[in-house]
Amino acid sequence: MTRRRVIAGAVVVALVAGLVTVAVLPESRPFTATDERLTVASGPSGTEPVELDTRFYLPKERSGKVPAVLLAHGFGGSKESVRTDAEDLAGLGYAVLTWTARGFGRSGGEIHLNSPDYEVRDAQRLLDWLAARPEVRTDAAGDPRVGVVGGSYGGALALLLAGQDQRVDAIVPMITWNDLARSLVPESTGAEPTDGVFKKGWAGVFFGSGTGGRGGLGALAGGQTGGQTGGEDEEGEADGGAGDTTDSLPTGGPPPGVSTGDPSCGRFARDVCAAYLAMATTGRPSAESVALLRRSSPQSVLPRIKAPTLLVQGALDTLFPLAEADANARGIAATGTPVRVAWFTGGHDGGSGPQTDQDRVKFLLAQWLGHHVKGEGEAPAGSFTWSRVAGFNALDRGLVTNAYSVGAYPGMDGSGRTDVTVAGPAQPIANPPAGNPAALSSLPGLGGGLSDLLSGVAGDLAGQHARFVSEPLAEAVEVGGSPTVQIRAASPTGEATLFVKLYDVDTAGGVTLSGGLVAPVRLTGLPADIAQAQPVTVTLPGIVRRIEAGNRLAVVVATSDQGFTTPAEPTVYTVAVGPAGAGPVGAAPVGLPTLTGDPIATPAAIWRYVLIGLIAAILLGLAAVLIVLRVRNRRRVDAVDPATAETPLVVTGLRKAYGDGFVAVERVDFRVERGQVVGLLGPNGAGKTTTLRVLMGLTMPTAGEVRVFGYQLVPGSPVLSRLGALVEGPGFLPHLTGEQNLRAYWAATGRPWADARFDEALEIAGLGDSIHRRTNNYSHGMRQRLAIAQAMLGLPELLVLDEPTDGLDPPQIAEMRRVLKRYATDGRAVLVSSHLLAEVEQTCTHAVVVNKGRIVASGPVDDIVGDSPSVQLDVSDQAVATEVLQRLGVRSVTAEGTGGLVVDMNGTPRTEVVAELVRAGVGVDRVVPRRRLEDAFLALVGDNSRGSGDR
Amino acid sequence: MTAAATGYRPGSTLPIWAEVRRQASRRRTQLALGFMALLPVIVLVAFEFGGDGDDDNGGGEFSSLVELATSGGLNFTLFCLFVSASFLLVVVVALFFGDTVASEASWGSLRYLLAVPVPRARLLGVKLVVALGYSLLALLTLAGTAMLLGTLRYGWAPLGSTIAAEIPAGEGTLRLLAILGYLAVVLLAVGGLAFLLSVLTDAALGAVGGAVLLWIVSSILDQITALGVIRDFLPTHFSTAWLGLLSTPPQTDDIVKGAISAIAYATLFWSLAFWRFTRKDVTS
Repeated sequence: MTRRRVIAGAVVVALVAGLVTVAVLPESRPFTATDERLTVASGPSGTEPVELDTRFYLPKERSGKVPAVLLAHGFGGSKESVRTDAEDLAGLGYAVLTWTARGFGRSGGEIHLNSPDYEVRDAQRLLDWLAARPEVRTDAAGDPRVGVVGGSYGGALALLLAGQDQRVDAIVPMITWNDLARSLVPESTGAEPTDGVFKKGWAGVFFGSGTGGRGGLGALAGGQTGGQTGGEDEEGEADGGAGDTTDSLPTGGPPPGVSTGDPSCGRFARDVCAAYLAMATTGRPSAESVALLRRSSPQSVLPRIKAPTLLVQGALDTLFPLAEADANARGIAATGTPVRVAWFTGGHDGGSGPQTDQDRVKFLLAQWLGHHVKGEGEAPAGSFTWSRVAGFNALDRGLVTNAYSVGAYPGMDGSGRTDVTVAGPAQPIANPPAGNPAALSSLPGLGGGLSDLLSGVAGDLAGQHARFVSEPLAEAVEVGGSPTVQIRAASPTGEATLFVKLYDVDTAGGVTLSGGLVAPVRLTGLPADIAQAQPVTVTLPGIVRRIEAGNRLAVVVATSDQGFTTPAEPTVYTVAVGPAGAGPVGAAPVGLPTLTGDPIATPAAIWRYVLIGLIAAILLGLAAVLIVLRVRNRRRVDAVDPATAETPLVVTGLRKAYGDGFVAVERVDFRVERGQVVGLLGPNGAGKTTTLRVLMGLTMPTAGEVRVFGYQLVPGSPVLSRLGALVEGPGFLPHLTGEQNLRAYWAATGRPWADARFDEALEIAGLGDSIHRRTNNYSHGMRQRLAIAQAMLGLPELLVLDEPTDGLDPPQIAEMRRVLKRYATDGRAVLVSSHLLAEVEQTCTHAVVVNKGRIVASGPVDDIVGDSPSVQLDVSDQAVATEVLQRLGVRSVTAEGTGGLVVDMNGTPRTEVVAELVRAGVGVDRVVPRRRLEDAFLALVGDNSRGSGDR
Repeated sequence: MTAAATGYRPGSTLPIWAEVRRQASRRRTQLALGFMALLPVIVLVAFEFGGDGDDDNGGGEFSSLVELATSGGLNFTLFCLFVSASFLLVVVVALFFGDTVASEASWGSLRYLLAVPVPRARLLGVKLVVALGYSLLALLTLAGTAMLLGTLRYGWAPLGSTIAAEIPAGEGTLRLLAILGYLAVVLLAVGGLAFLLSVLTDAALGAVGGAVLLWIVSSILDQITALGVIRDFLPTHFSTAWLGLLSTPPQTDDIVKGAISAIAYATLFWSLAFWRFTRKDVTS
């Protein structure tokens, strides 16, 4: 016991120690990180110094020079917000340089929005710095082997840098823009940004994070890690993370070394700030503003990009929708530069997306850089991969997406097209004054993701939208790309600002605006009468969605949206779909680009094989165990000892020590022959019950063996079936009647019912009608009799009864004696244990006396019991009687209590003794013959009234 | 001369059917199964008389399942399974597995079965199979009653899901069966634990209560996201993965992991139970 406790304790201690060690030990990092403040010469002249806050990661294990990665962060972020990605890349064996872009964090300078003269030139100086590092591999003097990776603001920088500096070997721009003007002032019928609709929600978030100083920066950068999944796969996700915008109010002091300057512009450069302020005030950008934004757009430099480009764009992105990456891809591929495109379920609204998407993007990134920068691995395939929402994750409530792959990038028109006709009458809709109240479609900067995607943040407002619904779809459509639809509008002012949305309406009527994406349109030159209005084609933002069969499509044309600036004047427009002059109910096809591909097996598929393997291993293991057991059983059954084959029971050298060191049985040897009723006699605790437990196969002996009819008895030995037993009291199912219990017991033997000799057993039980009562209502004696009857079921050749008369009344005891004596005829044998001397004397033919775990006497009862030479007398006068007896020539006389005498008769007949005593005038009250067994028993235990067998 | 009494074969002792009857006659079996049939009735009555409570506190998929519960028989069944899966079914399964050996030990009838002799491995094997059978029966009773009542009351409708399109009734039935199957597999871990405790102790209540207690502890630990990857090794971690079967297409990744976890735990516990029981001294 003690040893076991020690072992258990040691295991627990070891486990705890292990956990603590794992928790406490610092992670071993396979790289070094060095912070350095670099001052680079930049600006239009190339001589304006600016201090950049940089961190350089270098793999520890490197053979020779390593390729480098320039890792740029997102708007409002810093080098800290790309730390995880930098560490991942360093782990892959790249020297990684991260820096905080000018105008952010601890870097100096002002924000010029990725201006070629400022931010891009800064990055060129960083390339120079990399080329000068002795650890970094170079292609030529001053030309480092380098890839540029970044998300959003950083992604645009990667594109612009690759267009401006041919030393870049590969780029991976993610969730970024092609034309910043079009992104901030979009127009979905193809008009220029000067005629677009200002995306005030997102623009405000951007401007706020640029003017907010460190408070805003901290909050938004924190929003990245506190976002949906905490993943940081999309570098610079800070501007799209789930930050709390209220925290982005300026709370901290200005960054060191930066003057606070104009409070309305913060750290923005004056020209950028002025452009924003003008644009936000009027809602219409001037041509100069558009030019400024386009200076910051990769659009113009695409033909000059020679670095292989991996474009990753998110489908949950109302800031830079899929079409931006599409424009970049087409522009770069036009000159023959290798381009690969991937979409994932995330973006400025959706965050990093589900784990499967993060893993896929990481893999694509590593593969792209591996081949094009490090020069390892095969050329990545040109295949296009994307993912589609499949539902909730049941465990973490996140999104679950399925990924697909197709050979080539199909663009925003998809690989096929399905037209679904929506119809409805022309409807008048009101433009709310000053754009309030306005419909809500997305929550810029909050990274709503889930709710946006699944059911839309809010609905449209009554009176402010027109709705055109299709019939239920006959079959599911896998939409992937930009849907198109033709609408018409009439306006008394000749102008209208409208928002076109495509809803998926399920059979229960629930509507979903995929990704929260809306298409803003600004129409001019409109007639006042809808009948004269000409149709315009609206290209909706690209979506990835499966529209189930039975669902409907609804095209909604609304007058307001909280994310956009709308005309302040209240107006009532009339909108319709389809060509003019088609009657009161118009109908127009919605062109749905479709996208089908091969599902990409998730890495989780391997678990299926693990499951199959596990089940197979279990089955094999089970089969092996069964075979081993069968072989072993057969060997054991066959071992019969011919010498004792006819002897019901031979116990040899039995010893049983329990786990706690208590030795219940020291050494017990005895035999039970056919026809015998053997009494196992001993005081309580002598080891009788332990011996019987071994006989029943309940406990394993520590030493010695038990043979029943020559077969060694171990737990479960088949020979136990020839043995009936009652040990340690009855054991019945309390909810069954006596009869049901006996039947249930016999059913458990699996033997034929006829062999049970049920009626004989019932007769022995003698319970009468009580046999039909539940055993939990039985008295002790009734249970005892039922248990004896159960032991006798099937008339076993050896009957083992432990204290059988316990709880029986005298007539029943007498009856039981007769039953047992009769039972032992016909070659059967009975072993009865008892602590009652009289019972053994009267019932048994043979007796075995045990005490303290050892045999003290054994043999036929007649031999042991016989008449002993002594007699116990109760006399009226002890002194006289003693004198008389001594005269008779007895061997000894011992006084016992008052009036009691124990006399060793030495052959003198008892009749003579009594006659002599009476003659001498001594009154004889009682004459009890003493027996040898009693003498032996009392000699052992009689003097000790304390629990006689206790040791 | 054979070792055994005539008619005795170790392989035919304690026939499965005999053990089934032994357990069937017990009040706790009848009560447990009866309650499985009663629960859908209670839920139905609650829905009928509960009125339109709009305490929608945004309980995620739970509130949505409540809202959908009265949309048809399939959804009603789904709801009944959802509310019982986390605790009621655990208790019932723990009862069937935890009580089976320990109660025989506490009655004293175990030693007479072993003296028949029912080989110890066979005794455990039969007890295990019958406990499995009763657990499955309880699960099917619950689902069957709910399906019957729900269909009679709310009609035969497609299986509504909160995250994907409605699933046609035919396929919905298959999904429901798959959910039942997965629940059955996950509950194997409870069964394994309860069975092991049942072998280790003579107190039936201890075995059942112990298994339920450990299950609850595991559920609590699973709530602590700071434990990170350790949570994946908790037997309860994947216990709600069946919700993935409600999406289109079904998400099976977590289900597969959950099945691996449950089968591994069940095998481990059962192996320990057999190892222990075939070696221990039965002193009860």
